[in-house]
Amino acid sequence: MCLAIPGRIVGSEEQNGLRIGRVQFGGITQHVSLDFVPEVNVGDYVMVHVGFAISRVDAAEAERTYQLLEEMEALQAELPPAEELPSAG
Amino acid sequence: MISAIRFFTQFLSSAATISLQLGKSAMKYIDEYRDERIAKALAREIAECITRPWVLMEICGGQTHTIMRYGLDELLPSQIELVHGPGCPVCVTPLETIDKAIALALRPDVTLVSYGDMLRVPGSNSDLFRAKAQGADVRLAYSPLEAVKIARANPDRKIVFLAIGFETTAPANAMTAWQAKREGLTNFSMLVSHVLVPPAIRALLASRENRVQGFIAPGHVCTVMGYQEYESLVREFAVPIVVGGFEPVDILEAVLMLVKQLECGKAQVENQYVRSVTYPGNQPAQEIMKKVFEIADQKWRGIGVIPRSGLRLRAEYATYDANKNFDLELISADEPAECISAQVLQGLRKPTDCPAFAIRCTPENPLGAPMVSAEGACAAYYHYRRHAVAS
Repeated sequence: MCLAIPGRIVGSEEQNGLRIGRVQFGGITQHVSLDFVPEVNVGDYVMVHVGFAISRVDAAEAERTYQLLEEMEALQAELPPAEELPSAG
Repeated sequence: MISAIRFFTQFLSSAATISLQLGKSAMKYIDEYRDERIAKALAREIAECITRPWVLMEICGGQTHTIMRYGLDELLPSQIELVHGPGCPVCVTPLETIDKAIALALRPDVTLVSYGDMLRVPGSNSDLFRAKAQGADVRLAYSPLEAVKIARANPDRKIVFLAIGFETTAPANAMTAWQAKREGLTNFSMLVSHVLVPPAIRALLASRENRVQGFIAPGHVCTVMGYQEYESLVREFAVPIVVGGFEPVDILEAVLMLVKQLECGKAQVENQYVRSVTYPGNQPAQEIMKKVFEIADQKWRGIGVIPRSGLRLRAEYATYDANKNFDLELISADEPAECISAQVLQGLRKPTDCPAFAIRCTPENPLGAPMVSAEGACAAYYHYRRHAVAS
């Protein structure tokens, strides 16, 4: 129920007074309400829950987090192999 | 029965279709957070930080499913015990609400619109799936706005929308009531059962049985609500809370952040899920929630009443309250004695502690709601662990 999926906005229009976006998830496109994310534009990624976009994915934050995680992985690759580290389970 | 099966296949929700599609094609903001190298590096870093045992709880059932699906609990050092929280809206919807929904669906003048997850949730004597097989007009909606559309297209029928969920879903359900009012619909009602996360965490922490020392807060609830609400919990109970996402890397990073705090005696609110969650949350979503709903005491299935832990329709929306629009007399039975879902939902016992697990309780024939829902802990163990348990 609380699942939300990231999708990319490929278009938007007005329907019955609501702002509806066409959002692409992998290979399929769905109509999604954009009323809670007035700041979004075509090309932005949004998190979609029960047909409503609930946030604009912060691309800069996502990139920064992922870079940090990759750096951590690279750093660990230079350390001794896993079996010499304390047991993980 | 054949018609019921056809119905079930036909109405497989769009959400399910999306998840099936996701398995096939590359997805930005999903694939990179399933990176095995990074997951293993995070697990190693946690192992290096940890010096003693810690009990952590992930609130959301979606996170429980990620943990089980990717075996994250087995990747983590043995000092970390993950216990599973009450964040499964379908599981905590009171038995009485399910019974009311079934009773309404069976009325010849009513069309009941529900999220797909609710279909097989056991009521006292039946479920919506069986009601449908008996001829009830039950329709599944991916978006709640579909209920308004059905009401608009069928002015001679009474449309009841089963509006359940946590804070993530409340704005969408609120928007549905707002839209019905805007259009002046007179054949539309909502059977509301909304629950809130912070009061549930407070109830867990205040319980004498509590063992949880750190929480992963639900990332999509916080996408809507922000995370300022957790500051008072952290201060009062000296327990760290980290807002976490739903992919394996998200959950492991949230665990690392909790372990780092716990190991140095800190208790703060932190946000791991920065790509979706901001401190104040989503303002337009919160505004529509406040316009339509007000805070009320709420019963949680298996747990009982938690003060100020739910939402009900405001007086301005009373004409859309199914409880007021229909005269419903209900006789509720007790939960099956064997079902331990109350303890499972509070993180006190694991699904595999239940003698009925995978024997007398399966997703096809569930004793309790956590075996049915895509977010139920029992369903997660059933799908990903039952063979390990059996052997």
